[in-house]
Amino acid sequence: MAELENINPNVYKKCEDRTLTKDDEDEDVVDPFDEREIFDLIRNINDPEHPLTLEELHVLEQSLITVDNEKSTVHILFTPTIPHCSMATLIGLSIRVKLLRALPPRFKVSVEINPGTHASEHAVNKQLTDKERVAAALENTHLMEVINQCIGTPLK
Amino acid sequence: MDKVYLLQTLTGHVGRVWSASWHPSGDIFASCGEDKTIRVWTKTDTNRWVAQTVLTDGHSRTIRDVAWSYCGHYLASASFDTTVAVWDKKSGEFECNATLEGHDNEVKSVTWSRSGNLLATCSRDKSVWIWEIHNAPGQEDEYECAAVLNGHTQDVKKVCWHPQEELLASASYDNTIRMYRQDTVDSEWEMLEPMESHTSTVWSISFDATGKRLASCSEDTTVKIWQQYGPDNTVGIQCPDKGSVWKCVCTLAGFHSRSVYDIDWCKQTGLLATACGDDLVRIFKEATNSDPNEPTFELVVTIAAHSQDANKVAWHPVKPGILLTASDDGEIKIWQYQEDADLSQERCQD
Repeated sequence: MAELENINPNVYKKCEDRTLTKDDEDEDVVDPFDEREIFDLIRNINDPEHPLTLEELHVLEQSLITVDNEKSTVHILFTPTIPHCSMATLIGLSIRVKLLRALPPRFKVSVEINPGTHASEHAVNKQLTDKERVAAALENTHLMEVINQCIGTPLK
Repeated sequence: MDKVYLLQTLTGHVGRVWSASWHPSGDIFASCGEDKTIRVWTKTDTNRWVAQTVLTDGHSRTIRDVAWSYCGHYLASASFDTTVAVWDKKSGEFECNATLEGHDNEVKSVTWSRSGNLLATCSRDKSVWIWEIHNAPGQEDEYECAAVLNGHTQDVKKVCWHPQEELLASASYDNTIRMYRQDTVDSEWEMLEPMESHTSTVWSISFDATGKRLASCSEDTTVKIWQQYGPDNTVGIQCPDKGSVWKCVCTLAGFHSRSVYDIDWCKQTGLLATACGDDLVRIFKEATNSDPNEPTFELVVTIAAHSQDANKVAWHPVKPGILLTASDDGEIKIWQYQEDADLSQERCQD
């Protein structure tokens, strides 16, 4: 692999597992999607260059996720580890693909860079919003292999 | 209140339906999508649309757009596989008899000129290509690239010919619309000044029946109306030596809650339809006392058309008020619009 862009990223502690309540085990209780559930779906996505999850690198934080179950919208802000991270689009795409597969199709997912944390924030956001370009990217077998590696089983 | 009735829901495509095109007769239409197929729909005796033909072997990736020629003998398809296929029925069956290659990246849109002699394509490679068609009886059709136009600085999403003249318009990820025409002296294709006003990707464009106005829709959630002004205009708008200039005379803001992916200006009724990322299809009508230099449009109907993003709207070329819509939900729907319906209450509940 080529030289790492960010050799020594800050690593943070993972959060505790969600505590199960009685309602969680009751099949009859309607259980709307919330921020924590979305966070759990994406926190273990691997960073493309480090054997660490997006949660451990603080690329993803539950507080930067907004969910409106009723309106079927999910909005995610992610924070690249460095302002010139060339992997930003790939990370955003991995988050999109993971949610595309995991959520019911009614959901409108938007994935954007946490404002002020990346040099080409606007350009990356525009790419990630363009569903036609996302669709074309998902037909690229090489790119899909990389994305599948990121969103596959966590390395540890 | 104006009303819209659902006439039929058509299923068959697997995954997202990107586009559809009415045959000029209105008795056939073609649709395409993520499943790499083109479905050719015709009407049965009982007025139901069925996909009689499914074209499966033309492209190796998503088919983004399809377009019938005005003569109705040719169907062109644009694909993410970088090629454009031209289909005809000369042998009795639909066959791909020409594949146009040249774009470096995904082809996003294809359109035929009114005369049928020109075809335009555009791509993520930022270029617009104009192809000349040479057809002689008894000979194979030949497609020759007449121009490669590199005006846009980003991915080109849509190309659309003027309804009468050989004037081409294109819309891009670079937020602008451009127009192209042939220089009368040296026959070279040249670009007019870019049309700037949208603040994000322009997804689609559509001329009105006269070709003197153009509607555009964008990722910025607005629709804009552009008016052509010639050197003889009475409102004092300066024109360059290229002849005419296009000015944005109206912005429809606040109506759409997400990206507007497609727009179609009905050549018969003047109604404007939009396809939006909020799953809704909207119909706008120009106000009766509308000033041509500062027109006003009213939202007359909002249709809860699909369960996912609406990608395509297309007015029927012959029957006023028939509208086709297509969506990410894999469905195509045919609707009947009815103006200010004077109907009993129960029929109004659509």
